[in-house]
Amino acid sequence: MAIKPVMVGERIKRREDPRLIRGMATYTDDVKLHGMLHAAFVRSDYAAGRISRIDATRAKQLPGVVAVFTFDDLRGKVGPAPCTAILPGMKHVPHPLLADGDVRYAGQPVAVVVAKDKYIARDAALAVEVEIDSRAAVVDPEAALAPGAPLVYEQLGTNLAVHLPIPNPDTERLFAEAHGTVSLRLVNQRVAPVPMEGRAVVAHWEDGPQKLTVWTSTQTPHGCKQQIAICLGLPELRIRVIAPEVGGGFGQKIPNYGEECLLPWISRKLRKPVKWAETRTENLAASAHGRGHVSQVEAAYARDGKILALRGKTIAELGAFASMLGPAIPTFTHLLAPGPYTIKAVSWEIQIVYTNTMATDAYRGAGRPEAAYNIERVMDAVAAKLGLDRVELRKRNLIPAGSFPYSSPTGAVYDSGNYQACLEKALAKFDYAGTLAARDRARAEGKLAGVGVATFTEICGLGPSTGTAPPARAGTWESAELRVEPTGAVTVMTGASPHGQGQETAFAQMVGDAFGIDIESVNVVHGDTDVVTHGVGTFGSRGLVVGGTAVHMAAQKILAKAKRIAAHLLDTTEERVNVEGGVFSVVGGARKLSFADVASAAHTWGVAIPGEEPGLDAVARFEPSGTTFPFGAHFCSVSIDRDTGELTLERFVSVDDVGNIINPMLADGQRLGGIIQGLGQALCEEVRYDESGQLMTGTFMDYAMPRAAMFPRIELDSTCTPSPLNPLGAKGIGELGTIGSTPCVVSAVLDALAPLGVTHVDMPLRSERLWRLIQGAGASRA
Amino acid sequence: MKIRVNVNGEAVDADIAPRTLLVHWLREDLGLTGTHIGCETSLCGACTVHVDGKAVKSCALLAVQADGCDVRTIEGLGEADALHPVQTGFWEEHGLQCGYCTPGMIMASAALLAQNQSPSDAQIRHALEGNICRCTGYQQIVNAVQHAARIVREGK
Repeated sequence: MAIKPVMVGERIKRREDPRLIRGMATYTDDVKLHGMLHAAFVRSDYAAGRISRIDATRAKQLPGVVAVFTFDDLRGKVGPAPCTAILPGMKHVPHPLLADGDVRYAGQPVAVVVAKDKYIARDAALAVEVEIDSRAAVVDPEAALAPGAPLVYEQLGTNLAVHLPIPNPDTERLFAEAHGTVSLRLVNQRVAPVPMEGRAVVAHWEDGPQKLTVWTSTQTPHGCKQQIAICLGLPELRIRVIAPEVGGGFGQKIPNYGEECLLPWISRKLRKPVKWAETRTENLAASAHGRGHVSQVEAAYARDGKILALRGKTIAELGAFASMLGPAIPTFTHLLAPGPYTIKAVSWEIQIVYTNTMATDAYRGAGRPEAAYNIERVMDAVAAKLGLDRVELRKRNLIPAGSFPYSSPTGAVYDSGNYQACLEKALAKFDYAGTLAARDRARAEGKLAGVGVATFTEICGLGPSTGTAPPARAGTWESAELRVEPTGAVTVMTGASPHGQGQETAFAQMVGDAFGIDIESVNVVHGDTDVVTHGVGTFGSRGLVVGGTAVHMAAQKILAKAKRIAAHLLDTTEERVNVEGGVFSVVGGARKLSFADVASAAHTWGVAIPGEEPGLDAVARFEPSGTTFPFGAHFCSVSIDRDTGELTLERFVSVDDVGNIINPMLADGQRLGGIIQGLGQALCEEVRYDESGQLMTGTFMDYAMPRAAMFPRIELDSTCTPSPLNPLGAKGIGELGTIGSTPCVVSAVLDALAPLGVTHVDMPLRSERLWRLIQGAGASRA
Repeated sequence: MKIRVNVNGEAVDADIAPRTLLVHWLREDLGLTGTHIGCETSLCGACTVHVDGKAVKSCALLAVQADGCDVRTIEGLGEADALHPVQTGFWEEHGLQCGYCTPGMIMASAALLAQNQSPSDAQIRHALEGNICRCTGYQQIVNAVQHAARIVREGK
């Protein structure tokens, strides 16, 4: 009985892929039920106003139209979708599922039409007559704070949802003692998460079993179940939420929106299944956006370049309402403000502001890319002031390798790290000195060439649960249930809800290794609340760190029982049983049992062991004791066409550290995708509203997505500093790529433009903007 | 309107509303849900199918325009035990994550390889400019297409 080769750490092809590459997977819009109706939403054309008339007479007369609902039909019957992140002291008005007389952003649902097919539903939605007395909108978050600004909510008397001063008395002293200071106004523009599959819901109320089944494209099926229960006033045990194949999330599919609660209500009211799949324009207009921060950041530094203290003020756009986690996101920007550096004190002030725009919420990175952007721009500015090399400045400020766990001045505890080793590896891979020399040669030939750098850390593996507040009634642990069949095959039921991350493969590798069984003997099930009875979901780079640890814990419980059964079968004591790779043997003896032998015995009456229950199943929940802090160093080189402003990204090198890795192929996928997403924000992406609050980026014609031809081959490498906070030693990887890549390319562009005297640029770095900077620099020199 | 379309090698007769988009007809009437809808404006490529051998965005074509044509969807590209080289490439090289853009990416890549069996990375990236992927950052898709190109070349 040979011990199986270990699968953890190996590049194993995904088990998800056979169905996906053949078009055999089932996404929500692929679900088709007998008698199913189709919903289409009537949305506000105005960003702010009072609905004076809604007339659905003509819509209802169209053949095939079943019903039209407005807020009047919902009043007192189905509640607002709860926001789970109402901060202390926050001014807040619950957001209705359909506009309750006032509209507050363009794209807000005003009415919903239900019809026998999708085409009729859309025709009828266009036939609903809605008259809105529009009023002045406020779009710019800084303007929203000005006296006399139009108010998103008259009844609140202000657009300031909450003001969070986070002072630190040491900051003022350190600023007074400083050799110098820098002050930067940094805009982290609003972007759209854009999962390729938009949100979609199929709701099916069945009168017989009194059961509501909801298929929905979500990252958090259990949270979704809970939100629907609260919203509809229905016990959770009457609700089953299924996240079937989910076509990307990036944070946008963590929250429940009005539609996810309204569709179940409609199905229950009409006693019919009903489907809605959003259009891309709906996704861009009415699914949560990300970022949207304007920060004034000041840094005090010593003569040797040591950054002493930071003083910041962030105005964060909340949008027209508090989305589920929206208000919590900007707090991460303060928490991660010092980045990977030994900054002694941080004072920050956060103003979270209502505007007549779509709500913001978690978007891949969620607060950390904003923090990294702030501190990396500061590092470059200080280096420029002191005439120091940007890498040298970072080396002088990085937290020393022996300092972990490290308590940051903002209250974070960094679990582990070796930033220097990671940086050195990146410097070598990029050939920093050689690349700078090449840049200088290019400059000597009259070219605009630049080199960029970013070193960063971030916070992952969310929980612990103490961060969540009512009415969330949910923690941020994760669950796993392992069910062992008599044959030794194992079903893993995980509360994580992967949607592209590949955990059907990664978890099977782990379980296969734990029990010494083939990967084909492990089935990983997720995303069905009737099958996986408890769970939290996939977000905050927690799938492996928290979900994987729960799987590991359940496997350990099974092994412990299996060992007792093996001892009985081997006629020895538990202490004398040796387990390795699923092979059970007596220390010093020849007899061996496989995991399948033990599983079979566990289920067999005749060999039931005194004091043991039959079977071999286990349930575990992992509550993290703290958060993990992956880190990395990015370098890139760019050139800019002097005549057109066109930016060419020539090289991009990423060396990161996410602790131990289960499947390097999956890890590379997460890295590469994240890096390009971060570069998308830097290079082209931006949600734009005009001053009246009309969305100007409502299709892919206007919302610029990163496309294949924009990028060189990204060069990856890594170091490994395991996390001490979980038995896997994993730190989390989902969001990592988006943290440092954005400031890195901005660093390179400012380096390229530095010979022209340019010291500031805002994202996105589109050719028009760069061309204007080049022209402006030329004009001012002429 | 009555149409006859050869879909994945089988003649299909249908009587459909003239405004029906090809992608809706394939998905809703024929149950070929492997072709996905990502934007309905021909800008993302998730709905790419082959019409008479050319990669076409099926959200930008009326079903009646396919009358008399050969249409191939992802379901008709390969079999479980005989994958198309591009499908193999995507699996081997981790060319997909959430899988939503994947059928369109595979159909567009297959059309490229039918024209050019030795594409450069730049040619692959150019050929896939009409297809958006949010998960992979494209690099592993490029690797997947190169992998497929090797299979195609060696198979000859």
